[in-house]
Amino acid sequence: MTIIDKTADVPAPRGSTENSGPLLDVRDLHVEFKTRDGVVKAVNGVNYSVSAGETLAVLGESGSGKSVTAQAIMGILDMPPGRIPQGEILFRGEDMLTMGYEERRKIRGQKIAMIFQDALSSLNPVLTVGYQLAEMFRVHQGLSKKDAKAKAIDLMDRVRIPAAKERVNDYPHQFSGGMRQRIMIAMALALEPDLIIADEPTTALDVTVQAQVMDLLAELQREYNMGLILITHDLGVVADVADKIAVMYAGRIVETAPVHELYKRPAHPYTRGLLDSIPRLDQKGQELYAIKGLPPNLLKIPTGCAFNPRCPKAQDICRTDVPPLLSVTERDGGELPGRHSACHFWKEQIHG
Amino acid sequence: MPEALETPVKDATQPGSVPAAESKPEKARSLWSDAWHDLRRNPLFVVSAVLIVVLLTIAVFPGLFTSADPRHADLANHYLQKPKWGNFFAPDWFGYDVQGRSIYARVIYGARASIAVGVLVTLLVTVVGTVTGMLAGYFGGWIDTLLSRVTDIFFGIPFILGAMVVLTSFEERHVYVVILALAFLGWTQIARVARGSVITIKQADYVMAAKALGASTTRILLRHILPNAIAPVIVVATIALGGYISAEATLSFLGIGLAEPTVSWGVDISSGQEQLRNAAFVLIIPSIMVSITVLAFIMLGDAVRNALDPKLR
Repeated sequence: MTIIDKTADVPAPRGSTENSGPLLDVRDLHVEFKTRDGVVKAVNGVNYSVSAGETLAVLGESGSGKSVTAQAIMGILDMPPGRIPQGEILFRGEDMLTMGYEERRKIRGQKIAMIFQDALSSLNPVLTVGYQLAEMFRVHQGLSKKDAKAKAIDLMDRVRIPAAKERVNDYPHQFSGGMRQRIMIAMALALEPDLIIADEPTTALDVTVQAQVMDLLAELQREYNMGLILITHDLGVVADVADKIAVMYAGRIVETAPVHELYKRPAHPYTRGLLDSIPRLDQKGQELYAIKGLPPNLLKIPTGCAFNPRCPKAQDICRTDVPPLLSVTERDGGELPGRHSACHFWKEQIHG
Repeated sequence: MPEALETPVKDATQPGSVPAAESKPEKARSLWSDAWHDLRRNPLFVVSAVLIVVLLTIAVFPGLFTSADPRHADLANHYLQKPKWGNFFAPDWFGYDVQGRSIYARVIYGARASIAVGVLVTLLVTVVGTVTGMLAGYFGGWIDTLLSRVTDIFFGIPFILGAMVVLTSFEERHVYVVILALAFLGWTQIARVARGSVITIKQADYVMAAKALGASTTRILLRHILPNAIAPVIVVATIALGGYISAEATLSFLGIGLAEPTVSWGVDISSGQEQLRNAAFVLIIPSIMVSITVLAFIMLGDAVRNALDPKLR
């Protein structure tokens, strides 16, 4: 059940890469949490892959499992109560789930880095940002205090923090939200990793700063030819930067598509619903559309398609059979590379 | 005219120097520099800090304060010789005890044992308690279960009663025996505070971020968790310090703490009690010293807590 084809309609990776395969390949990943009320199935068979220079946006509501997937990739899930009963996470062809603790730790930061949503709480309040940036070089590359600090200032310049030299000894709370997120980005970039996972990097920022931060991220990604997994629930953020999109619902991927295709012709009623919920200027005065109901309780995921209780097009089959993620084709059977949908009625959705 | 000339000069220097002095802490205000900023302006802290500095000086250099020998007994000066309140710093300032020893000299020399017990016990319990609590809180699981049960067992032993049992099993009770006995029983409170604090901090995003950027467990514990979790431990430790000093006095009074020929406030209170009705000052003067010391440390703890916990401001 490979879902995102790397031959998808995406721009070719910029620059040369020796490895032709994907950088990161998540295969049939399951994550569950043991709680007092039972087992919460947070991720139920997710597949995706990212190549160098490529941006994958993972889209979904709160609780759809997008962050948990990212934490599983980083190896920072709390285990227990978390558990990965099934699946593989291949980084350059090697399964990280079977690696030892030290081996995985060496990948974190150096090969795969992560940017978090709330930069204020993600920076240690008692250490200066300069110290925290320099720490990356001192620990991973064994640089001296002085060299590491010089590199930290360099990095702060890179992410365009004004007066980096003067601000290197400031504490996180002395920076504005956007500047803090830049520092977070600088920390993730410090060791020039191959892949960056950004977990809602702009959610805590206001709209103008959001755009700046996203631009910066996209630019740095191009410059370093990194893979980028962008986790978000904001369709607006995705459109400009992503190459391909994976939409998640109740721990599964329900649709994948190259970014513009998805906006033009969604092949899943859930994606349609998400797109319709974007407020539009030309619909001023009308009631704003919202997907009815709530995301499912992960303790009791509905039988059949998890989306069926909220779906306007649900039929009997949706309540009994789980729709597999199928390739989506043109009306005449022509191939639509990279497009998949987990809906029994994808044909009606895309062509109807 | 000269007066008029002088005043503007004074005015000019003052407003200029004040912002210069204040801009320094404002440059980089961490939790600690913020706390320090607050503390310096807190009269409670200033008073207790001055007291503690004086007491520590007495403890380290008793010879600076008196030339008399605390062990020199001259029965010509027995306890009927009442304090001469006017003779500041003289051997007979606080009178003489039953053996004819200068109470002033004994109070000065006794500070060392009492304060050493307080400070060293606090250091020991802080180290042992913080390490235990941090390991239990951070690793959780069976490590937590094991360490927490051990903590509970020690917590269940009544402090003074436990110390009595431990100390009676020693023939010679040096200061370090008393210190070890008190530390052996006293670390549980700190361990509990540290554990709770670490559990809160380990869920912070920056700990997860540090993990995600490849920090090792040791680094996470020492750089990211310890500095953020230590504040409540410091507060509890400072307040407990006074308690250990009075515990030493209590044990010495009961005759199982420090013993002659060690000079300590507890020992003097113990021997003073025999003549309470004839010469109360023999007992009261060292008692007052204990009270002042305990009060100074508790006030310091209070001030530190206020400075470190912004919610109490």
